Amino acid sequence: MPNVTVTVNGKSHTVDVAPETLLVELIREKLRLTGTHVGCDTSQCGACVVHVDGAAVKSCTMLAMSADGATVTTIEGLANGSTLHPMQEAFREHHGLQCGFCTPGMIMTAVDIVNRKGGNLDEHTIRDELEGNICRCTGYHNIVKAVGAGARAMAGGGKSAQAAE
Amino acid sequence: MYAFKYEKPWSLAAAAALLSESGDAKLLAGGQTLLPAMKLRLAGPSTIIDLSKVPGLSGVTREGDNLVIGALTKHVEVMNSAEVQKSIPALAHLVSVLGDPAVRNRGTIGGSLANNDPSADYPAAVLALNGTVHTNKRKIAADDFFKGLFETALAADEIIERVSFPVPEKAGYEKFRNPASRFALVGVFVAKTKDGVRVAVTGAGESGVFRVKEMEAALAKDWSPKAIEGVKVSASGIIADLHGTADYRAHLAGVIARRAVAKAG
Repeated sequence: MPNVTVTVNGKSHTVDVAPETLLVELIREKLRLTGTHVGCDTSQCGACVVHVDGAAVKSCTMLAMSADGATVTTIEGLANGSTLHPMQEAFREHHGLQCGFCTPGMIMTAVDIVNRKGGNLDEHTIRDELEGNICRCTGYHNIVKAVGAGARAMAGGGKSAQAAE
Repeated sequence: MYAFKYEKPWSLAAAAALLSESGDAKLLAGGQTLLPAMKLRLAGPSTIIDLSKVPGLSGVTREGDNLVIGALTKHVEVMNSAEVQKSIPALAHLVSVLGDPAVRNRGTIGGSLANNDPSADYPAAVLALNGTVHTNKRKIAADDFFKGLFETALAADEIIERVSFPVPEKAGYEKFRNPASRFALVGVFVAKTKDGVRVAVTGAGESGVFRVKEMEAALAKDWSPKAIEGVKVSASGIIADLHGTADYRAHLAGVIARRAVAKAG
């Protein structure tokens, strides 16, 4: 069986995988990091979004073998010990989740948006950028608020209680 | 997903040799269409040839009057390329409304063209801009490249290296998305070049992307949305499904074409 070496949340792993193993299967089943979810398994819902070499990707639509040598960040890699990442904190504060299934992907996408577009995001931009993440509970309003607040908190280095709207 | 053998060649020649050896191998570029198809068992190649380590297949350059995009150039790179935004802003726009951010971070122009999905965006740009597909064997003009539903002129052992686009005087792309899947229900790319006007429609044709010659003739005389108001797209050969009838899509193609011309300015 071929092996793949990936650095996930700062830790290097060399793992034997069958060629048809998806990156999300490597993350969940081999590394036991089950925060990354599989929702639709057809590249639409975004519950499986992780960062590969700094870019948001759907880990259900990438082979583990293609990630050989890559640096991966999952939802488990965001918090600093028991202190939540500002985007996680914003989702909690603004009730940006109900069942929570889509939340890891939402947060990884949200952090990617801030990395690319900075901390001052208007509502239209947030909604547009969340196109590849589907939530079936919230109707998105509080997610959009949370992303706006989390973005400002990331940019300002502190926490923001302001809603995006 | 069915099991397969995985290869990651380090040169184009090695990739081509692997492709020749195996009857049903598939090239893996960004995988944003191939992997979902494999998961649904619509595709079951015996070998996957991952092109990610093959050098020289990525990047955007301006060569004289042509914009040249490497086959493995990701959608996000085309979208953000200053050269694309300057030379063919309509192409940068097309990529910005293609898929979603995570898909654009992986998907490639070469993968999109080789797959030739009837709802894909890139085929409309290549056909309307009269682009040329450069492979490891030859150059294929856009009019000869797209052969039908998921069919191209590519031979079984042929690999797209890059795509060149003559820089147009004016160009515009407009698409009407299926509100659920976000794929193009109809997308129209219009381009005015020194060789004439071309109009390409994606999303609507049963045989994939197609040109509308009547619109091209009308726009050649008068480049304005008004000029094509009277041009009807025939509903013959237009996709009909639960998302829209053939008549609806044919009508929509006219509306979207006028918007594309307006957008091109």
